[in-house]
Amino acid sequence: MSKILIRGAKVLGGEPGDVLIDGGTVAAVGPDLAAEAGEGAEIVEAGGKVLLPGLVDLHTHLREPGREDSETVLTGTRAAASGGYTAVFAMANTFPVADTAGVVEQVYRLGREHGYCDVQPIGAVTVGLEGRKLAELGAMHDSAAGVTVFSDDGKCVDDAVIMRRALEYVKAFGGVVAQHAQEPRLTEGAQMNEGVVSAELGLGGWPAVAEESIIARDVLLAEHVGSRVHICHLSTAGSVEIVRWAKSRGIDVTAEVTPHHLLLTDEMVRSYNPVYKVNPPLRTDRDVMALREALADGTIDIVATDHAPHPHEDKDCEWAAAAMGMVGLETALSVVQETMVDTGLLDWAGVADRMSVRPAQIGRATGHGRPVSAGEPANLTLVDTAYRGQVDPAGFASRSRNTPYAGRELPGRVTHTWLRGKATLVDGKLT
Amino acid sequence: MQRHLISAADLTRDDAVLILDTAEEMARVADRPIKKLPTLRGRTVVNLFFEDSTRTRISFEAAEKRLSADVINFTAKGSSVSKGESLKDTAQTLEAMGVDAVVIRHGASGAPYRLANSGWIDAAVINAGDGTHQHPTQALLDAFTLRRRLVGRDAGLGQDLAGRRVTLVGDILHSRVARSNVDLLHTLGAEVVLVAPPTLLPVGVGSWPCEVSYDLDSTLSKSDAVMMLRVQRERMNAAFFPTEREYSRRYGLDGERMARLPEHAVVMHPGPMVRGMEITAEVADSPRCTAVEQVANGVSIRMAVLYLLLGGAVFDTKNAPAATHTRTEEK
Repeated sequence: MSKILIRGAKVLGGEPGDVLIDGGTVAAVGPDLAAEAGEGAEIVEAGGKVLLPGLVDLHTHLREPGREDSETVLTGTRAAASGGYTAVFAMANTFPVADTAGVVEQVYRLGREHGYCDVQPIGAVTVGLEGRKLAELGAMHDSAAGVTVFSDDGKCVDDAVIMRRALEYVKAFGGVVAQHAQEPRLTEGAQMNEGVVSAELGLGGWPAVAEESIIARDVLLAEHVGSRVHICHLSTAGSVEIVRWAKSRGIDVTAEVTPHHLLLTDEMVRSYNPVYKVNPPLRTDRDVMALREALADGTIDIVATDHAPHPHEDKDCEWAAAAMGMVGLETALSVVQETMVDTGLLDWAGVADRMSVRPAQIGRATGHGRPVSAGEPANLTLVDTAYRGQVDPAGFASRSRNTPYAGRELPGRVTHTWLRGKATLVDGKLT
Repeated sequence: MQRHLISAADLTRDDAVLILDTAEEMARVADRPIKKLPTLRGRTVVNLFFEDSTRTRISFEAAEKRLSADVINFTAKGSSVSKGESLKDTAQTLEAMGVDAVVIRHGASGAPYRLANSGWIDAAVINAGDGTHQHPTQALLDAFTLRRRLVGRDAGLGQDLAGRRVTLVGDILHSRVARSNVDLLHTLGAEVVLVAPPTLLPVGVGSWPCEVSYDLDSTLSKSDAVMMLRVQRERMNAAFFPTEREYSRRYGLDGERMARLPEHAVVMHPGPMVRGMEITAEVADSPRCTAVEQVANGVSIRMAVLYLLLGGAVFDTKNAPAATHTRTEEK
């Protein structure tokens, strides 16, 4: 493989300098590496753009197998590369459910074949996501896919005993259970955040306590059995308080927040436009502010997209009939820049930590989330942070267009992504 | 000019009074030997009913026919909708047949709003009840009934309901009638009190422009009207209240409670009544109960709404977007 010299890049937002890629590895980082690069190296003029370790998404729905009309491993990983990601964790709620070694190996293999982004499958906690019987967690871990993260996402592991057993069982191979915290009885028929807006719109309320009560239970379970637990898409100020308390007690809990919960509120539901329908629901301004603060102070460890593609017809309908979820891979970094960087809450090193380093650690994604320094795998993302522009869904690589940001002006644009030294995105175009 | 009627909250005080005054005109038609006006001759109105509601559909149909409109009735049952056709396709199919207005009843809150604002169709949309959201013509006919009873048929012209106190009792949580009435009565200057067990009040009700009480008895002596809302027996199974009998004892209106109302006060019910549950037969059949009158007034109100929307009358809300919930800007 040839050499690539990235010139004048602000590594983690620092002073401009050069980064030399040789094969799949970062060969050197320094103020001027023209001499080291030598003749024939491909030059990428960064011109003051910010260089980050390739982003890692712990929460992606790739929909394959089963719902290839909304996304495939190919289209989903192309969307990921467009958004600056070099690794995504694919959720288990496919058809069939990723609850066996066979399904997770298929998804893993497709990711490798396409080569846009590493795909690390997440295994279901219970057979068929039904919450009754543990799936063969060990077999999925021992498979070629090497599954370490398990989740019934889309559904909550609501049975306390099943949750306890799963937390205990995955300790044998260093796994982690990622909980979709949603008390099912409290959310029957729920359509949006329960509060002032739901009362007015007459849409079924989704109380914050349905999320918070499960998180409270699960951190206590994790403490009791000495396991680590990961909380998916935290969405309320109360959830933040519980996780903060659990961490102060030394409980091994990590948590994620989605970009949309950092920006959007339930006020948007007044439009009855199902593009804003998502699980967990958009909450209030107060929640948004608490989530931002928690991501800044580390109470929330990571940003995860919960990229949830849906075909047009599943959103072009009345609210109650619409599917829940929004695509997010191609807008995540922009939303984080808007809500966290441009507000002064996080610097770019902090963004690298929340969107690459920490998610890679939680999911044990070897070779990802590494420092940008000599000898490390060349998984890198170059971001034009000075850019501002309107989101145009027509330009998405994802097969689906269900974004809440269409026409909205957002900052930042990923121009280059390298996966082990191979460019997957050049000047904003997929290779 | 407003092209649609989606929510009672969209109406200004002057809009609402204009509708009530127009309804008085329409009511006179009912007293004529030939109960018909030529106003909407050659216009087509479709009654698009995704939920069973014979009462509301018949009321709209009567109003449309008295205005000489061509009427198409579409019910979801047995239609392409039951075979999976979307609301969008159904609406576009109907519009392709040349429909000027769509009167829609739908089980999903916000469905009429979507129909009016998604660019699917151009016809005027009238909400005939959506989920647990709004039922604006019901609120209008209730206000019309109240104005006639409390102010007077002729004396009421041009008047609102300033200073009147109206108590709504029952399943507020699941009631589109309650939401519409709170909005409209507030706009017309009335004071509104909601009475229900706490389980049947929505979280967030504190932001509504009304008072809330858990105790029916304490509200009676000050009420100019009591509006009883239907309580479905099935709610009992979801633990909203322990038993039908307990509900009736605490929140039902019987003769003894009615006697504690001021002499001029009326008892209202949007129907269908569950006798023995929220209202006793003694109250339902008393001259103070306006339930039957409300039905008659419903036709006049719906005639007025159709007349004003399709006749091109200009409501006060100039340049208002076609819709409800635009008060809060997107953040």
